[in-house]
Amino acid sequence: MAHAHSVKRYKGLMDWLTTVDHKKIAILYLLSGGLFFAIGGFEAILIRLQLIKPMNDMLEAQTFNELITMHGTTMIFLGVMPIVFALMNAIIPLQIGARDVAFPFLNSLGFWTFLFGGILLNLSWVMGGAPDAGWTSYTPLSSTMYSPSHGVDFYTVGLQIAGLGTLIGGLNFLATIITMRAPGMSYMRMPMFTWASFVTSAMILFAFPAITVGLVLLTFDRVLGANFFNVDGGGNPVLWQHIFWIFGHPEVYILILPAFGIISEVIPTFARKRLFGYSSMVFATILIAFLGFMVWAHHMFTTGLGPVANALFSISTMLIAVPTGIKIFNWLFTMWGGQVKFNTANLFAVGFIPTFTMGGVTGVMLASAPADFQFHDTYFVVAHFHYVIVGGMVFGLLSGLHYWWPKMFGRVLNETLGKWTFWTFAIGFHMTFFVQHFLGLMGMQRRVFTYLPNQGFDTMNLVSTVGAFLMGVGIIFFTINIIKSFMQPKGCANDPWEDGRTLEWTIPSPPPEYNFKQIPLVRGLDAYWKEKAAGNTEMTPAEPIGPIHMPSPTIIPFVMSVGIFIAGLGLMFSGEEFSSSFMSFIFNNWIVCGLGLLITFGSMLMRSLFDDHGWHIEPEEFEEEGYKHG
Amino acid sequence: MANVHTEHGNGQLPQYPEKATLEGRNKILAFWLFLGGEAVLFGTLFATFLTLRNQTNEGPTAAELFSLPLTAAATFILLVSSLTSVFAIQALHRHKVKELITWLIVTVLLGIGFLALEIYEFYEYMHLENFGMTTSAFSSAFYTLVGFHGAHVAFGVLWIGVLIGQLYKKGLTVVTAPKIYVSAMYWHFIDVVWVFIFTVVYLLGKVG
Ligand code: HEM
Ligand SMILES: [Cu+2]
Repeated sequence: MAHAHSVKRYKGLMDWLTTVDHKKIAILYLLSGGLFFAIGGFEAILIRLQLIKPMNDMLEAQTFNELITMHGTTMIFLGVMPIVFALMNAIIPLQIGARDVAFPFLNSLGFWTFLFGGILLNLSWVMGGAPDAGWTSYTPLSSTMYSPSHGVDFYTVGLQIAGLGTLIGGLNFLATIITMRAPGMSYMRMPMFTWASFVTSAMILFAFPAITVGLVLLTFDRVLGANFFNVDGGGNPVLWQHIFWIFGHPEVYILILPAFGIISEVIPTFARKRLFGYSSMVFATILIAFLGFMVWAHHMFTTGLGPVANALFSISTMLIAVPTGIKIFNWLFTMWGGQVKFNTANLFAVGFIPTFTMGGVTGVMLASAPADFQFHDTYFVVAHFHYVIVGGMVFGLLSGLHYWWPKMFGRVLNETLGKWTFWTFAIGFHMTFFVQHFLGLMGMQRRVFTYLPNQGFDTMNLVSTVGAFLMGVGIIFFTINIIKSFMQPKGCANDPWEDGRTLEWTIPSPPPEYNFKQIPLVRGLDAYWKEKAAGNTEMTPAEPIGPIHMPSPTIIPFVMSVGIFIAGLGLMFSGEEFSSSFMSFIFNNWIVCGLGLLITFGSMLMRSLFDDHGWHIEPEEFEEEGYKHG
Repeated sequence: MANVHTEHGNGQLPQYPEKATLEGRNKILAFWLFLGGEAVLFGTLFATFLTLRNQTNEGPTAAELFSLPLTAAATFILLVSSLTSVFAIQALHRHKVKELITWLIVTVLLGIGFLALEIYEFYEYMHLENFGMTTSAFSSAFYTLVGFHGAHVAFGVLWIGVLIGQLYKKGLTVVTAPKIYVSAMYWHFIDVVWVFIFTVVYLLGKVG
């Protein structure tokens, strides 16, 4: 058992269910994130179709509410976050010169809990109605009195489970970056994407437990009849707003910081210059994260916290613009005088800068509390956060995906299709959301399912809907590009851009299971670029060739997540009266919930009792070209 | 099997077996980080409790409900269990497996004693004082905060119990040592949380 080759290696589906390899987990994250992104995108199209003309009756108000709730929740928690995690998983260990993450088992567990949480949330569509209280689920709207269906339960329980996965993932990346860096890779030599992921993970660690508690409280209110947010019983609905935003504002920076990291990799690579102001970039990232925890009440200016609180939160919010501005200028100065190559990855990165800046500018406008009384809950806010999330985050992700695709899959994406993707997506994006600023200023409320004609809203709403379709076309181009890339043989160069600066470009594309045959010695920032400048073609190894220790694949994380999933369903329906008395019996007596927990804790116990000593790859088995997937 | 990893270099267990391997060091570091997250979790629960602690909805108030002798006893038991857990880790560093196991058993027993008192307390409130989860916002916040802590103690009892079993079967190795060490960290953490609960919930509740 403890010995090298007795480990069972699975094939096909079992391989994917049991893998603990960060590169495969990255692909799993990408696949499921992509799937949820498609679902969320489809919901967005339906929303825009409903709003295409005044007094439209394509959708009912109830369906519309479900769609906006699920669109926001899905995109943020199940679409964008997992794609960030996909890139973090695929790239961080490579950038720091490691063979895997610190906890391969936890890595897999984090993925499966996220996936089952996401599935649970989306099951609501076929199990009695989706949540309809908005992605912020404000109480009392989300209480059983105003949301009597199980929709909001799917929200609380599904997000709880998915959030657990995110938390596990964040913890794992923190530990990985602290302990697994190659010799010579000091903190101030870490690539910016690794830095951004590091800070993001710290934010996850300190922000997610707050929403964990918030969701528990809301669940208890709804399932056990507790009184946290129930004014009748002495509860306080504003408490939910505080807890939600104490988590929620850091969450929006959890989304954007990795995008900052990606942009900080792509721009220097294609400007063929080192990143301008690396240390100020690091400093700004940390400062943003720090400030990000002290601004939450800017979402609550109109709640009535009073002028002092509003003034303080107004100022702290505006302060964030300073480190953000530092970053913007650093990117611009990086390109200044560089030999800028405008391929797809870089188009998205360069396109990011003005687009995100516009979102920042409206952010500062919103941060002015008196003005926010006018903007709040209008399409102006919708325009703001889509400029930062889509124009920032999604541009960043698309840039990163085009940039690292060759590393993840061994195939370069097609440039012509890539440029079509960029231009359709970018033009569609601005069409959709630019006009929404004005709709908001003219008084169009967000979250309303229709509007009266002749208020000056009609044309702009039409433009917005057409833009949304154009964005959809962009995503279709991207999908075609992906499919085409898989039709060509694998095996692009280690450094297909030829200007790679960091360690991931020193190893095969895709990398072999063990990443580095020998852990490299890092001699400076932009380790690979530094070697290239010194006339070397490879990194200097920091260790002799020898057998490599690998963790064993395991099904336990998957089973644990199934257990949590069952327990979640059991909890949600514990008070339900089923038509079958047997069903009522097992749910109402907490048998289903208990069974789920038993599965989870039982498998945890198995994991603790039976030590996994892993296995070794011997030097004779090293594959020169990399390994085959699946 | 496990003894492959028991020995280290010269055949001796290193003095700090919990930090002898990369896995062990990673585990301890990650556990510190995890406790940081747990601190936010309990911080949010405390904030909730502080917001709602006077919202008694015409149900029992804290001053009417709490009995300080009982909770003082619970506090004493839990503090002593932290001490015995320190003794366990000292035994671990001296590689005295029997002593280690004994101290862990004492710790677990004290934990069970604490839980028994808590269950008794909850039972009294619910059945004699008509103070349930749904009574008031104060009651919801009380049961959630104290209950979360109690669940942590219960998990700790089970966890350390399992580890005692592993010590019997596998002995003290560089694989089992980090597990014992992080479980002790966990135990101290929930002890500290209890000190805050004792202060914020019970003492503050008594003075009004
Ligand atoms: C300079 C930086 C930023 C400032 C000053 C800022 C400011 C604000 C303010 C004051 C609001 C509240 C508006 C209202 O509801 O009346 C808001 C909403 C929002 N912001 Fe930002 N923001 C900034 C950056 C970002 C970033 C980077 C993201 C995400 C990547 C983001 C995402 C959001 C979201 C999702 C909302 C709306 C939440 C909702 O009510 O549903 N913001 N922002
Ligand atoms: Cu915010």
